[in-house]
Amino acid sequence: MTIDGFVAIYIFMLAAFAGWVIIGRVPAILHTPLMSGSNFVHGIVVIGGLYALLNASTVLEQCIGFVAVLLGAGNAAGGYAVTDRMLAMFQTSGHQPAHAAHKAGSHRRKTTPPKKG
Amino acid sequence: MFTMIPQLVIDAVGIAAAFLLMYGLWRMSSPVTAPTGIKVAGVGMLVAVVASFLYVFSVSAAAKPHLPVNLALAGIALAIGGGLAWWSGRKVAMTAMPQMVAIYNGMGGGAAGAIAAMELFGNRAHGITQLGVTLLGALIGAVSLSGSLIAWAKLQGVLNRPLRIKGQQIINAVVMLVTLVVGFYIMFIVQSGMTPIMPMQGLIWLFFGCAMLFGILMTLPIGGADMPVVISIYNAFTGLAVGLEGFVLQTPALMIAGMLVGAAGILLTLLMAKAMNRSVSNVLFTNFGDVVKQKQGAIKGSLKTTAAGDAGIAMRYASTVIIVPGYGLAAAQGQQKLYEFVKLLISAGVKVRFAVHPVAGRMPGQMDVLLAEAGVPYDLIFQLEDINDDFATTDVVLVIGANDVVNPSARSDKTSPIFGMPILNADKAKQVYVVKRGEGKGYAGIVNPLFYADNCNMVYGDAQAVMVGMIEAVRGLGLSAAA
Repeated sequence: MTIDGFVAIYIFMLAAFAGWVIIGRVPAILHTPLMSGSNFVHGIVVIGGLYALLNASTVLEQCIGFVAVLLGAGNAAGGYAVTDRMLAMFQTSGHQPAHAAHKAGSHRRKTTPPKKG
Repeated sequence: MFTMIPQLVIDAVGIAAAFLLMYGLWRMSSPVTAPTGIKVAGVGMLVAVVASFLYVFSVSAAAKPHLPVNLALAGIALAIGGGLAWWSGRKVAMTAMPQMVAIYNGMGGGAAGAIAAMELFGNRAHGITQLGVTLLGALIGAVSLSGSLIAWAKLQGVLNRPLRIKGQQIINAVVMLVTLVVGFYIMFIVQSGMTPIMPMQGLIWLFFGCAMLFGILMTLPIGGADMPVVISIYNAFTGLAVGLEGFVLQTPALMIAGMLVGAAGILLTLLMAKAMNRSVSNVLFTNFGDVVKQKQGAIKGSLKTTAAGDAGIAMRYASTVIIVPGYGLAAAQGQQKLYEFVKLLISAGVKVRFAVHPVAGRMPGQMDVLLAEAGVPYDLIFQLEDINDDFATTDVVLVIGANDVVNPSARSDKTSPIFGMPILNADKAKQVYVVKRGEGKGYAGIVNPLFYADNCNMVYGDAQAVMVGMIEAVRGLGLSAAA
């Protein structure tokens, strides 16, 4: 499989659009976990590092590949650890008043609309 | 035929990983689904890392003899990098979160840069497009690495004042220009096959050196208050670098995840800059700290002080209270006591809500996390646009450890450096209590007329000690009232 020219641009365009839409609906209350969460997502770079390191054939390449995997793994593991820790802290008081502060979240919450009779 | 199977598995897992990472981020858009969202994304990451060991079946002929060593190196790197980061991420205090995110982000940028370096040193790029993309990814990754480290140093307090020298912007421009010239020269040499003026390896090191120097120079003059925006930009940068190197390595999962974060990071940066009433270029290219030589004296009224206990009792007998927390609260570790006080008020029938400014804390949304850590349910926490109209009908507003985000001169005083910044309308409430460590200015060093207003009283002291005073006063009251 080779991805070149316009196919690559299509992939980039669609991914960028997806990122824009996904982040656009996150409420401000989650901005910090979101930043560390997206930080975690680009930790996927560790896979590129693994590919590079496994294909290394000189000592210099092995050193650089080692650094790539080391840093990429740190990005992924650290990003996950802090995001998971932060998100676990968010809790409700049980009686959830359907107020507007969590607009983006409230449409997922099951609220029974008053039946029109 | 057999040789194709590992690659097929890698490709299939790549698609699954890309989907899981995107779906995970999607679930993070609501506090209800967010905790499972990060776990979904984590599963995606894990399967992708495990599957990438299938690359051993398709390594190049030159690398075959080194495979056992390389595999061992990979295992060690994963264990050390992942282990250390995991351990530090579990241990770090919530107040230190911004610099931690900066470090992890810099690591990602460094990894992208290292991948690019391998491609360049091994001269692996096929064609001028791939070479150009490799160099661009290298440049962005290297800037993100060194810039994030400076951001970390500033937030950690290692570097505590913005460093500015005359002609800074010209120096930055020259360094950038040199980087670009070296980059284009590398492309020219590879394309034309001519002998370079210095060894190719030297050119590549020079390119990375200049790019990292640019990251340092670009970040040094930016003040600590603007660091969240800077970290967010570098987050987007790392995403872009990862996406570009994903193209070079022909790995769609990297392309998708990287570009996703690139776009998300840019949007988040714009949202943050808007909340601070600054444009992104304003943050990056002007020296904000210098503007704050504002003439004072136009302020009417005087500072009035109140004891913590009296303020606490006033809130006990109010029917509506809004609390505006700021970073000073977290610096004094007062969140737990504050929530204890709030629970007292709620059990006494007072309607209590928290109003959080978008830039409260050292990072957007950090105040929300700090309150959540103390156990405050998120449905008591309101964002600026949802609560700002309610201040006028509120009995008491308690401003604790916050300053600039309730400064009314942002609305009225055109000479104020924060003019135009959206603020919480605390001054419109019937009574305001401001808990502050002492008579000083806020993070941005701007005088706050709210403190001198008729309806405002100051409660001086450490936030935690003040909260204890309020709790004791209300408790003492509750016993006699109940009897």
